[in-house]
Amino acid sequence: MSLYSRVIKPKSLILGNGKVVDEPRSKAPLVIVLFCIASLISIKITGFDMAVMFSRGGQFLVILRKMVPPEFAYMPKIWQPLFDTIKMSLLGSFVGAVLAVPFAVVASSNIVKNRFVIVFVRLLLSIVRTLPTLVTALIATYIFGLGTLAGTIAIAVFTFAYVGKLLYEEIETVDMGPFEAMQAMGANKGRSFMYAIIPQVLPSYLSNCLFCFEGNVRYASILGYVGAGGLGLILNEKIGWREYTKVGMILVMLFATVVIIETFSHWLRSKLT
Amino acid sequence: MTIQQQKENEPRTWILHLFIALGIAIVLAWSSTTIQLNANESSGMQVAGKILSGIFHPDVDFLFNFTNQGVAYLLLETICIAFLGTVVGAVLAVPFAFLGAANIVPHWIALISRFFVMAIRTIPAFVYGLMLIMVTGPGPFAGLLTMSLVSIGMLSKMFIEAIEDLDIRILESLDAAGCTTFQKIRYGIIPQLFPNFASTFIYRFDMNLRDATVLGLVGAGGIGAPLIFAMSSYRWNEVGAILTGLILLVLVVEYFSNKLRNKLTRG
Repeated sequence: MSLYSRVIKPKSLILGNGKVVDEPRSKAPLVIVLFCIASLISIKITGFDMAVMFSRGGQFLVILRKMVPPEFAYMPKIWQPLFDTIKMSLLGSFVGAVLAVPFAVVASSNIVKNRFVIVFVRLLLSIVRTLPTLVTALIATYIFGLGTLAGTIAIAVFTFAYVGKLLYEEIETVDMGPFEAMQAMGANKGRSFMYAIIPQVLPSYLSNCLFCFEGNVRYASILGYVGAGGLGLILNEKIGWREYTKVGMILVMLFATVVIIETFSHWLRSKLT
Repeated sequence: MTIQQQKENEPRTWILHLFIALGIAIVLAWSSTTIQLNANESSGMQVAGKILSGIFHPDVDFLFNFTNQGVAYLLLETICIAFLGTVVGAVLAVPFAFLGAANIVPHWIALISRFFVMAIRTIPAFVYGLMLIMVTGPGPFAGLLTMSLVSIGMLSKMFIEAIEDLDIRILESLDAAGCTTFQKIRYGIIPQLFPNFASTFIYRFDMNLRDATVLGLVGAGGIGAPLIFAMSSYRWNEVGAILTGLILLVLVVEYFSNKLRNKLTRG
């Protein structure tokens, strides 16, 4: 009997033949109460105020309205940073995804039998994954100087941790039959991995990489805020100078790029599966 | 003999593979043109060393300081922003989800709604932050609203998937049993959607906790601002303390969130 049913007694039902059945009580009331308490604490700490929302909500649209219509004359100056952003995320995703492979192999418990190694690599992957991309980018700007290199590295680090985790989970759920068969035929571990495991995980690995790349284009557009190159740089600058029509143009172009990349990657991923 | 025949029947894909490899190589070469190597490698290594030593020797007083200025309070504030932000975001995402589900509304409405959600998702978080500070003034309240706006995209996308996977036969059988509309929603729809929605909510909360550091940039509360101040004034021990706290918090939350979501999906 679980702890919950020991504290809150289950309801006893007597069936027609005299048998007694225990029906555990619903956990909904407990969850709702906990949820309300958490919400109340959060409201108190963050100073959430409905009245402010309603009275000043219109202010939200003020900047948005100033962005319309976007200034099309500014477009030629956007191409360069836009391509920087795309290049940063492309290269970063590629480097991160390739680096993730050996780590993911070492972290999967059906390939490596050493517990210590597995736990160590997994811990490394989770710690790297907890670092927000922006913080990584900020640290990278201190180490590698301002510019696109820092942004690329931040994206590579994030991709590494993200793809690495998904890949080792993928490898662990693979059908081990072919692997064992190849080993029984006398192939060594590397060869069996190459021909038995890789064909099974490759499509989902590629699809994860593409998905990560999609997200990275969005992330890369923020990284300029900390000086790590790309679209964020001019976005930040134009917001600072309150040239909102130019900000609007940047956002429109970013949106178009994201739509194109997502459609393309969606199409590729549907081909993969 | 048969083995050899099979071998000969193997499709010749090497030309295709060559083209793919060539394409990838070209794209990579193109994208690496953006990297300019700066010459300050040595000072960079020094900074890296200092950051590492700061992370391994965090400012313990700062880390275990439970007043308004300490890491513990900042983390609590971040949790609250992420939590309430996710709640508000989820509430806002539900109508978008129902409008975007192709099995509920006509196809063109679903398309428009999805397009709109995509537009919301593309605007970077700090632009929202700046816009919302006009509404509420700087502070965690603005951060909360920013978090809820940036969560709408993913939340409504996952909700849409859950809604499109609804098993209609259950509703039909409830209909056949003579249930009212309310009963159909209560016993036919909510039990199907709730585990999915709850698990999406928890996952997004997990992500928001990480992304909440972005908010600090624009002065919208949370742990981001002190982190960036500490970095720009080279107080690496403080940076270490904040990062340690953040990493521990995210790991703990992730552990529980995985456990809860496993429970929700497996019943």
